Amino acid sequence: MTQIVKMKGMNKHFGKLHVLKDIDLTVEQGEVVVIIGASGSGKSTLIRCVNGLEEYESGSLNVDSHALAPKGGNQSTLAEIRKEVGMVFQQFNLFPHLTVKRNIMLAPMKVKNTSQVVANATAERLLERVGIGDQADKYPSQLSGGQQQRVAIARALAMEPRLMLFDEPTSALDPEMIGEVLDVMRELAKEGMTMMVVTHEMGFAREVADRVIYIHEGQIVEEGRPDDVFDNPQNERTQAFLSRVLAH
Amino acid sequence: MEFQFQFDWQAAINSIPYLAKGIPYTLMISFGGLAIGFVLGIFFGLLSINKKWFLRWPATAYIEIFRGTPILVQVLFIFYGLPDLIGGPIDPLTAGIAAIALNSGAYISEVVRGGVQSIDKGQSEAGLSLGLSRTQTFWSIIWPQAFRRMIPPLGNQAIVSIKDTSLFSVIGVGELVRQGQVYIANTFTAFEVYFVVALMYLAITLSLSLVLRLLERRGVASV
Repeated sequence: MTQIVKMKGMNKHFGKLHVLKDIDLTVEQGEVVVIIGASGSGKSTLIRCVNGLEEYESGSLNVDSHALAPKGGNQSTLAEIRKEVGMVFQQFNLFPHLTVKRNIMLAPMKVKNTSQVVANATAERLLERVGIGDQADKYPSQLSGGQQQRVAIARALAMEPRLMLFDEPTSALDPEMIGEVLDVMRELAKEGMTMMVVTHEMGFAREVADRVIYIHEGQIVEEGRPDDVFDNPQNERTQAFLSRVLAH
Repeated sequence: MEFQFQFDWQAAINSIPYLAKGIPYTLMISFGGLAIGFVLGIFFGLLSINKKWFLRWPATAYIEIFRGTPILVQVLFIFYGLPDLIGGPIDPLTAGIAAIALNSGAYISEVVRGGVQSIDKGQSEAGLSLGLSRTQTFWSIIWPQAFRRMIPPLGNQAIVSIKDTSLFSVIGVGELVRQGQVYIANTFTAFEVYFVVALMYLAITLSLSLVLRLLERRGVASV
């Protein structure tokens, strides 16, 4: 199996806060890894290190065939890594000055020099795939939250990434819109996309994840198949966390 | 002695052709200066938010100096002071344009800085995560959004600069106020002439406000 992400002894601080502590983690091709943990535990920071939105300080990180050096090191691989890694944000971060279709066409045209005709066709196909083919010419603000997040997924897919990062993709959504976004993610997982997902959707984690990772205060304290982690957590921190989130 | 003042409409109307000769100068100085000031403002505004201190520092110095000194002193310095330094005279029109450019440039730098900083960090993160370079992210994602937010304060600065050109009568550019002064020296109809001069400024600034409002409305519609 090909390893898409390989973290070894990764550390990171925010000022005095030691936010990632000796993280060792590998993600295989086609694997769906769901990362859970309390807010402030470092789970978002962890996946933001993968595409260099956060810099780590020590250890090593490999993404696909590229090594990404820690802070202060040679970051020349970052451009290549970002071409191969798509990201979906909690707040969607769509470009409000561009139409939905233009949001999706921008990166392929700028980064890969894809022609407008091809980029346009790709955008239409992807919008169809996430179920909003009829919204192509609207502006993001005219769409519901769930639709916007689906556009954001399509936008990331347009770069044909080998890995998709999801940073709490449903946390900013009204409850009735969470399902439509999770459906798209579920499809993506089924098609074999390698995914790292930070989420509070435990149902999704149990159903879709190949592996669940629980992070507590910057450390991976539990890791395993979803059923094992959810039904039979070994670490008392995990037990406490799960009893709190699964109680309601 | 009885004092009676009557507004002399005829004198006001008669002054119009002579005063109107000042309008092209007023417009040339203000819009010429603002055009250069806009370029300076983008340049220094972006430098002022650069992470590197040696780029940020000169920009901050420029902004503070030209915001912190009166434009009248600036134009006097350029027109009377600089020739000593460069060893030759500067014509008043050039001095006026330079003063507006440097002065408005400092204020526009702050407008640019504010506009760019007002754009959510998530926008550049989204651009970078898609593989765009920092430069591409800035010019195709951040700048278009920031510019739209900059239109109202830029319009404000344009109106301020147009009015600032009235000070340049002191260096003898034949702009509106200067034309008025010369005309009054012959006719002694100060009240009427300055009234017309004021109306002419108002006509210019009101037209600009109107254009800006239309621009803003177009901009808002697509965001």
